Amino acid sequence: MKNSSLLWLVIFLLAGGYLIFRTSHGDMGISYVKVTTISPEKSNVQWTQYSKASKKEAGEENVQFSWSRTIGLWVAALSTLAIFSFLYGDNVFYKISESVFIGASAGYAMAVGFWDGIVNLLLRNLTPGLMRESIIPSIPKENHADWFFIIPLILGVAMLARLLPKGGWIARWPLAFFIGATAGFRLVVFFHADFIIQIQSTILPLIVFTDGSFDWQTSLKNITIIIGVLSCLVYFFFSVEHTGIIRPISRLGIWFLMITFGAGFGYTVMGRIALLAARLEFLFSDWLWLIDVE
Amino acid sequence: MKRTVPLIICSLTGFILIISWFLPAAESWGEKVTHWFDIVAAFAFVLGGANLLKIHLQKISNRRIGWGYSAVTLTAFLVTLLAGLFKINVNPSMNYPAYSWSGNYLDEGGLLWWIYEYLFVPLSATLFAMLAFYITSAAFRAFRAKNIEASILLFTAFLILLGRTYAGSLITSGLPDSLAFLRFENLTIIIMSVFNLAGSRAITIGIALGVVTTSLKLLLAVDRSYLGSD
Repeated sequence: MKNSSLLWLVIFLLAGGYLIFRTSHGDMGISYVKVTTISPEKSNVQWTQYSKASKKEAGEENVQFSWSRTIGLWVAALSTLAIFSFLYGDNVFYKISESVFIGASAGYAMAVGFWDGIVNLLLRNLTPGLMRESIIPSIPKENHADWFFIIPLILGVAMLARLLPKGGWIARWPLAFFIGATAGFRLVVFFHADFIIQIQSTILPLIVFTDGSFDWQTSLKNITIIIGVLSCLVYFFFSVEHTGIIRPISRLGIWFLMITFGAGFGYTVMGRIALLAARLEFLFSDWLWLIDVE
Repeated sequence: MKRTVPLIICSLTGFILIISWFLPAAESWGEKVTHWFDIVAAFAFVLGGANLLKIHLQKISNRRIGWGYSAVTLTAFLVTLLAGLFKINVNPSMNYPAYSWSGNYLDEGGLLWWIYEYLFVPLSATLFAMLAFYITSAAFRAFRAKNIEASILLFTAFLILLGRTYAGSLITSGLPDSLAFLRFENLTIIIMSVFNLAGSRAITIGIALGVVTTSLKLLLAVDRSYLGSD
């Protein structure tokens, strides 16, 4: 056995021993739930509802230890560590977690698509009576079948034709619908929100007076914004060669863009570090109970 | 049939949606097409799931390298899917207790909720959190203040990072009120509300023009690349 492998084995054993010791003493990795019995009015049906309880609430009435959530907590913690293990190098724990993530994501997306798309939109409109009697009792009785929803059903089934050995070209029809709908929707939305509104917002007063006196700060801000937008647009305008007067203006545009990219980079790093902090908080607070952020 | 029908569907859908913006009587069309879009997208998920099954089953049956991970993927996929489709461990809705299927598939306590809460969320959040290390490492290797443009980018990123942390505020907290605008947190605000605003506005205008021209090319059947070659 290599020295490095031996070292890692010792570290793992020590960490495992530490976890087992603390868990056996009830000092970490335990989830509690608040138990409520639900008995709706005008109904004989009853069921028990479990909601999350903090460790401080342990011992209170109706608060009890939860096996499923404790297992969940450990699964989440070990999955988190397995993903972090990739920082050391590719390994079997990371690959298993990655595979679980891919499978669970696909299954989750399909389940959401089924209930939100097929049941809640398609079947609700095509067979409101059947849905009212079985899954969605909130559908008003006056709702009738909307036969226009046959069209997305046909397109959806055509989409599945891609799985056939022959006739896969039929799947182009729903694809064309997707592209047409996206193009039609985006054309207007982008033209309005990202073109007209943005230009409208850039038309600012160059000299601003506030309460009768010259407001040099707002004036300078407005002038900088207008110069910045125009110089960036000049840089984006490739139909004219960037020589002569255009050259310094487009250069200024590049500087404005560099500031934008720098700010974007800074915020992206901050966002990722915030996510990292949240994961560490989960490990040290929710799982190990070493810090208390509640 | 193979090329003409999709072109007609694409143009018709797109132009109907555009017209619906300008005709008050046709306002509901847009909403209806959005619903249709979501329904076809749900079928696309089914197609995606079937493809996932096909690819990984082939890998397992051929005993290709890494087939064990494919088995893990398929197991996670099927368990999640069945948990969602059959609303396993989901209680009925409070308003309709007699209807056992009336509960929401993501209600707390259900198996799909468990998978989402204890597998999906930690795994996705950690995968994205890992990017913090890679971004920093890539930035350290790639960013060099070789010219004015690169220096501006680096300097801005540095200012933003300092301005949004306690350390940055602490460093410049000693500045007098007359120079308060030089404090890192105030410089960050100036950068974001003036320089970044101007740059992003120009980029947004450029993107909008790009989207409009690309959409028009698709709707007028000038761009037919989505139909493939045959």
